[in-house]
Amino acid sequence: MSNQLDQYRGVWTLAEVRQGKIHPVSFELLAWGQSLAQKLGVELASVVLGSGVGDQVDQLIAHGADKVYLADDPALLDFGVEPQAGILTDLIKQHKPEVLLGSATTTGRTLLPVLAITLTTGLTADCTGLDIDLTERLLIQTRPAIGGNVMATIKTPTGRPQMATVRPKSKRPLAADPARSGEVIKVELGPEQLASRVKRLEFTPEETVGAPLQDAEVIVACGKGLKDVKNLKLVTELTEILGGSLGATRKAIDLGWLSYSHQIGLSGKTVSPKLYLGCGVSGAVQHLAGITSAEKIAAINSDPEAAIFQVADLGVVGDLFQALPLLVERLKQNTEGSAS
Amino acid sequence: MEIVVLVKQVPATDQVKIDPERGTMIRENIESELNPLDLFAVEEAVRLKERLDGEANINVLSMGPAKAVKTVRDALARGCDQGWLLSDRKFAGADTWSTSFTLASAIEKLVPGCDLILCGERATDGDTGQVGPMVATFLGLPVLSFVSAVERLDQGALAARREVEGGSELVQCPLPALLSVVKAINHPRLPNLAGKRRAKAAEVPVVTAEQLELPVEKLGLKGSPTRVVKVSKSQLSRQGRILNLEDDPTAAVEALVAFFTSPPSAPEA
Repeated sequence: MSNQLDQYRGVWTLAEVRQGKIHPVSFELLAWGQSLAQKLGVELASVVLGSGVGDQVDQLIAHGADKVYLADDPALLDFGVEPQAGILTDLIKQHKPEVLLGSATTTGRTLLPVLAITLTTGLTADCTGLDIDLTERLLIQTRPAIGGNVMATIKTPTGRPQMATVRPKSKRPLAADPARSGEVIKVELGPEQLASRVKRLEFTPEETVGAPLQDAEVIVACGKGLKDVKNLKLVTELTEILGGSLGATRKAIDLGWLSYSHQIGLSGKTVSPKLYLGCGVSGAVQHLAGITSAEKIAAINSDPEAAIFQVADLGVVGDLFQALPLLVERLKQNTEGSAS
Repeated sequence: MEIVVLVKQVPATDQVKIDPERGTMIRENIESELNPLDLFAVEEAVRLKERLDGEANINVLSMGPAKAVKTVRDALARGCDQGWLLSDRKFAGADTWSTSFTLASAIEKLVPGCDLILCGERATDGDTGQVGPMVATFLGLPVLSFVSAVERLDQGALAARREVEGGSELVQCPLPALLSVVKAINHPRLPNLAGKRRAKAAEVPVVTAEQLELPVEKLGLKGSPTRVVKVSKSQLSRQGRILNLEDDPTAAVEALVAFFTSPPSAPEA
């Protein structure tokens, strides 16, 4: 058995393409991949599947890839699980990487489980930490579990490649080095590899304040403490001034103040912003589960006993409707000051 | 139409307590519940059956310990027609790979010719979201994940909306297929009295590995490619500073503004 495992060498990351562009989460994965590849003393490769993305592969090399496998075909314009899983399964069986990383996005969390079955190997979801155990030459995968209450460390002793989806923003991309060189390998595709039973009919972009929550650097979240939907403009204004994205608790969504795509927590999204500000958010465990990997947490709430203050780096106890206008006014001075 | 709903029993989220010394979950006296996200899958199955003028049969399957029969009965009370519990010591310790293998094998055996499989996007305890796509792959079916609406359903095909980063996409695929659904798909109703009575009286067969004729090396911990090697308590609570707005509004606002631009307090883990 160990003999068979020894045939697998190298670290691969899956680049993610959205609306025809390589998304920056792909570079975060390469930063993880490079630290693992260096420890293992192996090459780092990235795989990109898309349509007309050939002129973007330089970005993957500049961010750390030694090698790029490029599958480029008009049929791969939109993400489709079936062609992607088929092409990747063939490539992985042929080249045998020991580690395969994907992003814990809707794409990665759909595609990698399929690969775990087609390749008969293990998959660890939504990792926030990755390392190598050199004595056993194994990937050490760390992830939050049970609503973020515990951190679990997981290994894949016998399956190859060892596969993980990695939480977006869990690592900063390496600075791009345009002088890096790498090899680009074009993947030959047959028509049977491009077939898909699932067809995309249309894409409807959502009108939101700021970037999608999973990509946001700054998130202002509102909870029931906002009292009424008409007060939403207070947090919206603050969100815009901070250049952030607007999020919400389950209660705020259930009251119909915002659409489901804004929901953070166990039954919504997991986010990893640099800054999270909770406005009238009580801090139910289900909500906190979605923000545990935020770098900095601040909260404004009138209830000094609110659970959000247990996890906040900075908490302000007080009336939201007094605090928010003061804060907005103060931040406006800031931007006017810097503009003059 | 034969519909299968996959459900999981999980510890009630707001009751999870962690042993601070060992970093393990305290399981004594913890109430269990039907995974909250599975409620949307159960409700959607019932709604689809209503759309089909009742021309559907809803099968609910769960894998878990004997006490998880309660979860199956809960789903029956909410409108599922027939329930099974896959329960066997050989299933214990399964990761998502061997859980999916067991569930997929059971669907083939217990509901042959099934047209549609529904499951919640993920369970609130394991939080992986992997079992849906894995079950579909074992069965060779198309998978639609993160589904927020079933816009069209007929005997041969369906169209559904998926919630993805930055928007939603409308996709269509032939049946049979597997859908994992998100909360936005519906508002689950509470079970009514008739449903509760029916669920209480219903026979819920307990299905074992032997009855499914499954190879033991693919089951439970033995069949799991991954191993949890350590569990530790996460550092959820921080050494926060708390200010009172009324004491000094200007100071509180200045502190917030300074905080927004300051570097993170804790080094990266």
